[in-house]
Amino acid sequence: MPQKLKAYVLLEDGTWFPGTARREFPPTTGEVVFTTNLTGYQEVFTDPSYLGQIVTMTATMIGNYGVNSEDVESTKPQVNGVVVRELSNRFSNWRAREALDEWLASHNIPIVEDVDTRRLTRHIRAAGAMRGIVAVGPEPTPEVRDRLEKSPRMEGLDLASLATTEGKRTVGDPNARYHIVAYDYGMKENILRLFVSLGCRVTVVPAHTPAEETLELKPDGLFLSNGPGDPAAVKYALPMIRELAGKRGLPTFGICLGHQLIGLAFGGETVKLPYGHRGGNHPVRELENGRVLITSQNHGFAVRGEGKNIPGAKELEITHINLNDGTVEGLRHRELPIFAVQYHPEASPGPHDARKHFAAFLEALGATAVPGTAASPRSEDS
Amino acid sequence: MPKRTDIETILIIGSGPIVIGQAAEFDYSGTQAVKALKEEGYRVVLVNSNPATIMTDPELADRTYIEPLTPEWVARVIERERPDALLPTMGGQTALNVAMALANDGTLERYGVELIGADRRSIKMAEDRQEFAQAMRRIGLKVPEGVVVSSLTQAWEAVERVGYPVIIRPSFTLGGTGGGVAYNREEYEEKVKHALALSPIHTALIERSVLGWKEFELEVMRDCRDNVVVICSIENFDPMGVHTGDSITVAPAMTLTDREYQEMRDAAIAIIREIGVAAGGCNIQFAVNPENGEMLVIEMNPRVSRSSALASKATGFPIARIGAKLAVGYTLDELPNDITRTTPASFEPVLDYVVVKFPRFAFEKFPMADATLTTQMKSVGESMAIGRTFKEAFQKAIRALEIDRPGWVVGQTLRDDRLEADDVESLKAAIRTPTPERVFQIKRAMQAGVEVEEISRLTGIDRWFLTQLKELLDAEEDFRRAAAIDGELLRGMKRMGFSDRQLADLRGMREEEIRELRWRLGIRPAYKTVDTCAGEFPSATPYLYSSYDDENESEPYGSEGIVILGSGPNRIGQGVEFDYCCVRAVLALRELGYRAIMVNCNPETVSTDFDTSDKLYFEPLTLEDVLEIVSLERPRGVILQLGGQTPLKMAKGLEAYGVPILGTSPDAIDIAEDRKRFEELTRSLGIAQPPNGTATTLEEAVRVAAEVGYPVLVRPSYVLGGRAMEIVYDEASLRRYFERAAKVSPAHPVLIDRFLEDAFEADVDAICDGKRCAIGGIMQHIEDAGIHSGDSACVLPPYLIGEAALEEMRHYTRQFALSLGVVGLINVQYAIKDGVVYVLEVNPRASRTVPFVSKATGVPLAKLAAAVMVGHTLDEAGVPDEVSIPYVAVKEAVFPFSKLPNVDTLLGPEMRSTGEVMGIADSFGMAFAKAQIAADGALPLEGTIFVTVNDHDKPTVTPIVRRFHEMGFRILATEGTARYLQARGIPCERVLKVYEGRPNAADLIVSGEVHLLINTPLGKLTQEDDYYIRRTALQHRVPYTTTMSAASAACDAVLALRSRKGTVRALQEWYQLSVASRWAGGSLVEAGKAGAAEGEPSSLVKERS
Repeated sequence: MPQKLKAYVLLEDGTWFPGTARREFPPTTGEVVFTTNLTGYQEVFTDPSYLGQIVTMTATMIGNYGVNSEDVESTKPQVNGVVVRELSNRFSNWRAREALDEWLASHNIPIVEDVDTRRLTRHIRAAGAMRGIVAVGPEPTPEVRDRLEKSPRMEGLDLASLATTEGKRTVGDPNARYHIVAYDYGMKENILRLFVSLGCRVTVVPAHTPAEETLELKPDGLFLSNGPGDPAAVKYALPMIRELAGKRGLPTFGICLGHQLIGLAFGGETVKLPYGHRGGNHPVRELENGRVLITSQNHGFAVRGEGKNIPGAKELEITHINLNDGTVEGLRHRELPIFAVQYHPEASPGPHDARKHFAAFLEALGATAVPGTAASPRSEDS
Repeated sequence: MPKRTDIETILIIGSGPIVIGQAAEFDYSGTQAVKALKEEGYRVVLVNSNPATIMTDPELADRTYIEPLTPEWVARVIERERPDALLPTMGGQTALNVAMALANDGTLERYGVELIGADRRSIKMAEDRQEFAQAMRRIGLKVPEGVVVSSLTQAWEAVERVGYPVIIRPSFTLGGTGGGVAYNREEYEEKVKHALALSPIHTALIERSVLGWKEFELEVMRDCRDNVVVICSIENFDPMGVHTGDSITVAPAMTLTDREYQEMRDAAIAIIREIGVAAGGCNIQFAVNPENGEMLVIEMNPRVSRSSALASKATGFPIARIGAKLAVGYTLDELPNDITRTTPASFEPVLDYVVVKFPRFAFEKFPMADATLTTQMKSVGESMAIGRTFKEAFQKAIRALEIDRPGWVVGQTLRDDRLEADDVESLKAAIRTPTPERVFQIKRAMQAGVEVEEISRLTGIDRWFLTQLKELLDAEEDFRRAAAIDGELLRGMKRMGFSDRQLADLRGMREEEIRELRWRLGIRPAYKTVDTCAGEFPSATPYLYSSYDDENESEPYGSEGIVILGSGPNRIGQGVEFDYCCVRAVLALRELGYRAIMVNCNPETVSTDFDTSDKLYFEPLTLEDVLEIVSLERPRGVILQLGGQTPLKMAKGLEAYGVPILGTSPDAIDIAEDRKRFEELTRSLGIAQPPNGTATTLEEAVRVAAEVGYPVLVRPSYVLGGRAMEIVYDEASLRRYFERAAKVSPAHPVLIDRFLEDAFEADVDAICDGKRCAIGGIMQHIEDAGIHSGDSACVLPPYLIGEAALEEMRHYTRQFALSLGVVGLINVQYAIKDGVVYVLEVNPRASRTVPFVSKATGVPLAKLAAAVMVGHTLDEAGVPDEVSIPYVAVKEAVFPFSKLPNVDTLLGPEMRSTGEVMGIADSFGMAFAKAQIAADGALPLEGTIFVTVNDHDKPTVTPIVRRFHEMGFRILATEGTARYLQARGIPCERVLKVYEGRPNAADLIVSGEVHLLINTPLGKLTQEDDYYIRRTALQHRVPYTTTMSAASAACDAVLALRSRKGTVRALQEWYQLSVASRWAGGSLVEAGKAGAAEGEPSSLVKERS
């Protein structure tokens, strides 16, 4: 094994966490967050919602199954850095193509290992998610501290513009029954895969696409994707949503950032959560039937709710709440076919409990018979 | 949905005695279930035959029945208690089987009892392999292909479809007997013929073998609103082919991508819905092809299991407790997560650590048994360890096993690692076969240069795990070669789980030197919390494990705290009974206002339940691990007399580091264990001892044996459970003993006692506060002297020992207790021969019989012991000199013979039982009968008895046989016995011995003509014959006795059963018959007050206020 270098994670409140690195890397900043997903590190690192963040894995053994060509949520890792307790020296899985370490290195993503990730997690839980920096060296230097001080804060940051697609692209059967226009704010690939597997044609459009351009595409429905950053900074999306969903009554489905944008478009507000929800085990109650869904989550902001209502947005009502902290996890329009969830029904990584939302959206598009998803045999039963 | 209000009384069935495959984990789950349901206001009725359990303590359930777990006896409880519901999912296969029988025979319907948790239909679907396979196909999942055949011709067709290697499972044989794997046509033909012959219906299942595939388990819970959560994933280190109970297992799964894991999770959810587990937990096993990810469903258990206990400990999620609440109608989101207390139970735990479980075996006690690990479980216990990394947890789990390995180290000899040779080819050949030592053989193979890839190919163990091991080996080499040990190097090693002793051995240093160096360098473990949520939410429960990481989360209790050391992995000779003692002590200390800190590493136990103690350290019980905890906590003291030998072994070490030991001093323990010092004490007290001596060389042993006179009992000093203890009749046998069984050296002295033939043996358990000693109970052994006390049935109160001898034993016990300065428990073993009482041994600590005595008399000895250890007196606690009971309790031992083919069932001085049962009744006969039924040895009420005894026993057996004859039994006997009996006027028929031709005795047993076998060993010539007859009886479930006293007791029992119907009565009712009722409420303080009210001295509570 090559000699490891000393490295560390420094937070903006001055707390720092020693670790090691396998190779040199320049000091790299980002919001330091943790995710409790036990599996799915490759999906996490390629999820555009993590764009620009330094992600701490609370699961301690990372890299065990390597990386493969299938389990990606975008074309490359999106995170700024990775912090783990132990990085495997060797992977084992029949689909694996490469070691995690090498794959991250080939994309110049630093990974700091041997960190007391639990201490880091507990610190963030208590002090909140904050900016941080990873760097090589025995301890923080004034230059590194300075660099951290000058890095941007997450609040007010429009990262969706960075994460979105450059041009339009269309996937799925050209003769598909439904055509969906998907606004890409940093969309996870699995959302597309699911729409296509359900027999949809999807046109993915950049975040700034105006309503008129979308109308020209003659969509049957509108999808607003997940994405990184502060939803309040994505103001340009709101008129488009009001036009297409509100005025034109286009069936609309939003996930994560898309959920927050719908909330904002109809008059609600978003708040920054102290340390966010990131993991694959969050219980969400479906208010309609009382059932609990175990959901995949990745968000630092949430729509503010009060009882069943969203203050400022009379037309909306809350459909799902988080059972851990009572925050809003889903909403719908009281009259129009507009609904959204804060969590990730497309999972990847995470449980498939909420996949039925995709089928529900297709139903809203006018479907009569909806094929179930192959992976969850009973997903159509509620 | 809130809890159900249409039911009031709920019956819970326990799992009975500890046997291989069904152990303490069901005491853990049953105890949780009882507590959970009582908390909800239900009236809980419990039936279990095992007295060495927490769940059968009288204050837990409203009504506690220690009765046999057969449909007939449980029906009597139902008849008496009229429960509204029966929860069958907490007591393992035993409870499920009894519940199903009661459902099938209409008992439940007749008394209006509803099955909750799992219904009849779903239990059947999960248990019946054909139905299960169909159900899996309905939901699009695959099971290993299998065909049921009833002829060789059909079998040839079947194997065409299934292919080699193939698994052959005969239908309806006990514990998979007669099953196996065939790799080719020849083996197949032989095994199929064998299987068809053994199967009572002459059919066998021919199943596709998935040997070498990866094995996973998921623990799943579902509520009545169909919410489903997966609590834990477990990956087996050993591939398919080794029973999961015998596998090294790891949580969470290490080598699954999210895609594969979620596919498995989806399948698990679909399975629990299809099978229809109404509300509760289940365990599902999967096999995954490492080449392409193909997934098969292996089996599903619609109940809590060994794995669910492990999963509960691994995650902090109390599966049994939540399962019980779901069974009465709650939904997961209505229940709090007991660890965080702020979030709901409807979530999936996440781990920020790695858990490794290691099985513990007992093959040293069964040298004839085949140690190859197969699909039939053979381990008797397990250790679990938690570390931040796999390597750390792996090494901790090994040192927690107490198998004389301070981590992943090879044995001192090849034999220790079950090897004949250690050349590369031999090693490669050895690791193909899974045995308890394979993981150490792998280390030798790696040291010999065999590559990870090749080891993976030979063993089927995933290369990821093997690489982890290789990294340990590489680190060892670096450490060994390092010029000097600096802080960074040492910390790096500790982070990989190396123990101080391991590191010392690598450098040729002493363990203490490494420890001092480490302390000087400030390298100490940090304690992390198991919190179900990987730190995402604050945790209210101090459930801790050590890791050499940065942040320590454990806040020391200081002098308010008392540390109780547990008993580690279950093994023969040290099982659940010591956990019982620890748990009782913890509860007593909490009641008395102390903060109880539990240390243990056995996931099956109640002591490691997160809410038993104030603080739980899930840590190996080694001096190093305990010292670290104690130096952080700075407790008022450490209690080590309740956890068996495990903590006792640490007494001197802890004392040397200045750790305060509560209760009896380590020096007193030493006097009792050191033969010379003990003999001085006995002589000074004027108490008789069998002539004895100690030897440190073979020749000395021969001389000592000649002095004390044959027969002699020989054993190594400091042993537990009679390990390597034997009765030797002459010098030649003595010499053979040393060749075969034990080494003798100045470091390993051997004790030699005159063996008192035909003596009665008795055990006395007592408690002493240093000034007064109260007798807990006197138990007379039913088996003859020479049979290990743990293996002998015993009766309380004694029924054949005269009052004078009893009084002498009481007196001696008090003398020992007071002169040793015992503060706490003491156990003394006596032999009575020709009216003389001899002391055999004194154990100034909790004995194996403490729970039995406590259950029989109602006096909570372990709790009282805790009280006296923190300075209270027996007077304060209201303990009388002795509680006499106007009824009879019999303890019977339960053996693992049916699981271990080729092992002789004959009892001896080496303990071999795994568990015990109790029968309680108003007469000896009935109590013994109940105990026999509970131990699965139901006695015949009529029929045929087969007698074959040695000359020595012929006079003794005659009156016993005469009584059977008078009851109308037909008597069969072998030639000598027959002639003897006939001459004394007992009609009997002669039967051929096995070597005399056919049909012989064994044939009669096989054909079901014999209903009870009375057999004592006849001598050299017929040794094989006897062995064969006993094994045959065992396999065909014919009850047998191998001693005269047991035969006589059996006769009493048959008489009792014939004369009246057995009745059941709750412990709470029995205790009303004596002063023990004062403890029935569970409170020491209240009991102390009750004692005071009756004019006994001042109570506990007064003293403390």
